[in-house]
Amino acid sequence: MHPNSASSKIRNEAGFWTGVKDCVPTLLGYLSIGFAAGVIEKTAGLTYAEIALISIILYAGSAQFIMAGMVAAGSPIFSVVFTILFVNIRHLLLSAAIAPLFQNNPTWKNILLGSELTDETFGVAINRLTADMTNKESWMFGLNVTAHLNWIAANIAGAYIGSWIPDPNKIGLDFALPSMFVGLLVLQMAARKKVAVDTMVAVGSAVVCLGVGTAVSGNLGVITAILIGGCIGMAVEKWKSD
Amino acid sequence: MILGAALVTWLPRVLPLVLLNRIKLPQWALRFLSHVPVAVFAALLAQDMMTSNGQLVPVLHNEKLLALIPAAVVAVLTRSLLGTVIAGIVSMMAVSAFF
Repeated sequence: MHPNSASSKIRNEAGFWTGVKDCVPTLLGYLSIGFAAGVIEKTAGLTYAEIALISIILYAGSAQFIMAGMVAAGSPIFSVVFTILFVNIRHLLLSAAIAPLFQNNPTWKNILLGSELTDETFGVAINRLTADMTNKESWMFGLNVTAHLNWIAANIAGAYIGSWIPDPNKIGLDFALPSMFVGLLVLQMAARKKVAVDTMVAVGSAVVCLGVGTAVSGNLGVITAILIGGCIGMAVEKWKSD
Repeated sequence: MILGAALVTWLPRVLPLVLLNRIKLPQWALRFLSHVPVAVFAALLAQDMMTSNGQLVPVLHNEKLLALIPAAVVAVLTRSLLGTVIAGIVSMMAVSAFF
């Protein structure tokens, strides 16, 4: 276990409550999506119990939207599960990308942390954590718990209140999520100080995503974009150092 | 169905963290992964900004893209995630009111 709290004033210590605090800027973005998800799930005919279950054990915005749509359309179970596998497979890359920060832990800890991984928690973690910080696991746990509870509450609130709220209210809030991703992108690039490489990766990734996304499917677009973006980054760095 | 969906989502999330717990990846893999965050955010942003139901939204008519600019500026100036989110929301409301 960790040493006593006398050492917790060290600058590089990242604890549970810091994790909770660092989650706050992202809560608004996920509150609005979770809310929308709750509304759609209720409209598709899912019960409150099912909605609660989904937001607890599935915990993935895009997948939940898709599931609601497919359930409403009467799709077979196999199709729904297969589509969701495809939609969420990008978490494999996200998980691999943060794995170096969470090494040499008891396996159960990594299982616990991994189960809570989302685009958002990934983003905040990759921006905030550096290899030399201590207590990263507690921080991540704080982040995860906050994000997840927020999500569950948002889903249920959406399911309950959704039909009464006029649409215009959502317009501004909807933008909380993209704003969050812009913030995360800028912070990442600022922290890495490799603006030229990063810009090329970002542009390449965006272009591939749009190209594949409109031609084939949005999900394939994202995955291909990540893979090609990563390769672009590697190629540019190699070219610059040769 | 819900359990199935949860399982196929849970596995990709957990497996890498578990498998890579004590294994150190080769340098090239680490370098590849170091670019993943930027690539991910850019892709998700592009998808959100530039497409609507699977079709491209032209740049000139794109109010989301417009609203994004102030948010990005705030991000660069303040390096604050919270500030960026608030700026983005306010910006979007302003853009929606004008167009």
